[in-house]
Amino acid sequence: MTANKTVSGAKGVPMLEVKNLSISFGGLKAVDSFNVTVDKGQLYGLIGPNGAGKTTVFNLLTGVYKPNTGTILLDGENITGRKTIEINQDGIARTFQNIRLFKELSVLDNVKTALHNHHRYSTLEGILRLPKFYKVEKEMDARALELLKVFDLDQQWNYKASNLPYGKQRKLEIARALATDPKLLLLDEPAAGMNPNETAELMETIRFVRDQFDMTILLIEHDMKLVSGICEKLTVLNFGQVLTQGDTSEVLNDKRVITAYLGE
Amino acid sequence: MDAKRIRIQNGITYGMVIAFWVVIQIMDKTGNLSSLLKGLLVPLCMYAILAVSLNLTVGILGELSLGHAGFMCLGAFSGAFFTNCMEAAMPSAGLRFFLALILGAVVAGIFGLLIGIPVLRLKGDYLAIVTLAFGEIIKNLINVMYVGRDAAGFHFSNKDAMSLGMDDTGVVIVKGAQGITGTPRAATFTIGILLLLLTLFIVLNLINSRTGRAIMSIRDNRIAAESIGINITKYKLMAFSISAALAGMAGVLYAHSLSTLQATSNNFGYNKSILILVFVVLGGLGNMRGSIIAAVVLTALPEMLRGLNDYRMLIYAIVLIIMTIFNSSPKAIEMRSVLMDKLRHKKAAGKEAA
Repeated sequence: MTANKTVSGAKGVPMLEVKNLSISFGGLKAVDSFNVTVDKGQLYGLIGPNGAGKTTVFNLLTGVYKPNTGTILLDGENITGRKTIEINQDGIARTFQNIRLFKELSVLDNVKTALHNHHRYSTLEGILRLPKFYKVEKEMDARALELLKVFDLDQQWNYKASNLPYGKQRKLEIARALATDPKLLLLDEPAAGMNPNETAELMETIRFVRDQFDMTILLIEHDMKLVSGICEKLTVLNFGQVLTQGDTSEVLNDKRVITAYLGE
Repeated sequence: MDAKRIRIQNGITYGMVIAFWVVIQIMDKTGNLSSLLKGLLVPLCMYAILAVSLNLTVGILGELSLGHAGFMCLGAFSGAFFTNCMEAAMPSAGLRFFLALILGAVVAGIFGLLIGIPVLRLKGDYLAIVTLAFGEIIKNLINVMYVGRDAAGFHFSNKDAMSLGMDDTGVVIVKGAQGITGTPRAATFTIGILLLLLTLFIVLNLINSRTGRAIMSIRDNRIAAESIGINITKYKLMAFSISAALAGMAGVLYAHSLSTLQATSNNFGYNKSILILVFVVLGGLGNMRGSIIAAVVLTALPEMLRGLNDYRMLIYAIVLIIMTIFNSSPKAIEMRSVLMDKLRHKKAAGKEAA
């Protein structure tokens, strides 16, 4: 696998391959025959007008909803119909459109909670404070701080998560997702509510995460500056269906895309 | 990282309980302990344990449970039942009581698990209503239960003692509404304090561990917790049944402080569940030290005020209102922090002047 990655152009198995994915709520086809292929290490954008079904696609990918039809292959492995926590262990982590941090926990504990499945000791070992507890907690602290440092949050490790400024909360959410050691990172409108400066900084961070962690990233975004700035490929959703997909510059100049956003 | 601060905070809580024990011991030795207060000591420990254990469900897991008295009832009856059965077979009262405590906790914990499986699918008010009903069901079932033992073994009935159909050697142990009588009063204040310390040890260490973080993450955001791979059902059930088991243990303590144990509404009704919830809310959600203080103050207060007769409950209610406002009204919290700041500034200014 690693050998494959280093050879440029040799793509091997795509990180994410979605075929013919559909789900209906009542009579409404929220997502209709959705297809996408995201290669390893790619920064892929999912765009579309409000209500097009973008977040529904994320919820399908992470097992929040079960698809009516279609298959989802992660790194060649079929994960269709699995539970959210299983999918997380298979290697998909996500952030949310409306920030969902553990508000009452400290910044550090938010990340440590996400290390739950990677650094283990039993409940009994925790209650009795056996040596393993101290050993694993120390590892967790070190790993969590390392991640926080990447996002420049290590100085505020003991803040309550809800007391962080908005931009930092978004970053903490990404740090928390990365702590589960995913192969694929889903970002749901990471720049929502950010000012242009914060957005510019976020673009740097996302690029950095991709390079540093060798991550494949699929993101939903409305901010076209961010999308055109960092996404290599795009898929446009409209009324639950794929309108078009391809290289960013081509897609953004497509007449149909402009029509979908702005009307005739 | 946080370990040092947490260790200090927990140390204060343990220290407070131990200091309370020392003060009472000194008062006892010097003869300053009134018989009224003496009678209160075991219930004080019991309520403190109940408050801490309920705080695990309400404050840490974030689910409103109104059935805590039911779990306490289960623990009380299984513990007292065990002690009565084993009185002849096990001469050591200490060991018997110890085993009764474990049994009571295990029975209540198992019921917590069984009830938790269907109930924890609900949220908020609905969960509160269903747990309330479960508490009442447990109490009422025990009220009509007759258990006896003769040479042939145990006999059960839900009618009356006669329909147990025992031979001459038979002894009725659980007598329906009359409950269990003749349990040796093995519970002492010192045992109560030890159990309170044990409860604190379990709950505080649980909270500040991997498991505790998982439980609190469910409270803060269930969807996000699931997205990072936390098994929601497992940790919800774990918190709920540990909370139930500790309540069961408190029940065993209670059963061994009475000569007659009856499943009356007064003892194990929903009023009691709500009383425990009041301790938790007043002491602060997730704040174990606060729970203990609230339990002790609000249990001791009505008894201390007995001399005032008719005004007793009036004063109790007023104290309750004042404490609630002081603890949770935003304006009061703001006022408190302003006062604290002023105090700090004065101190700092004083230091500078010196």
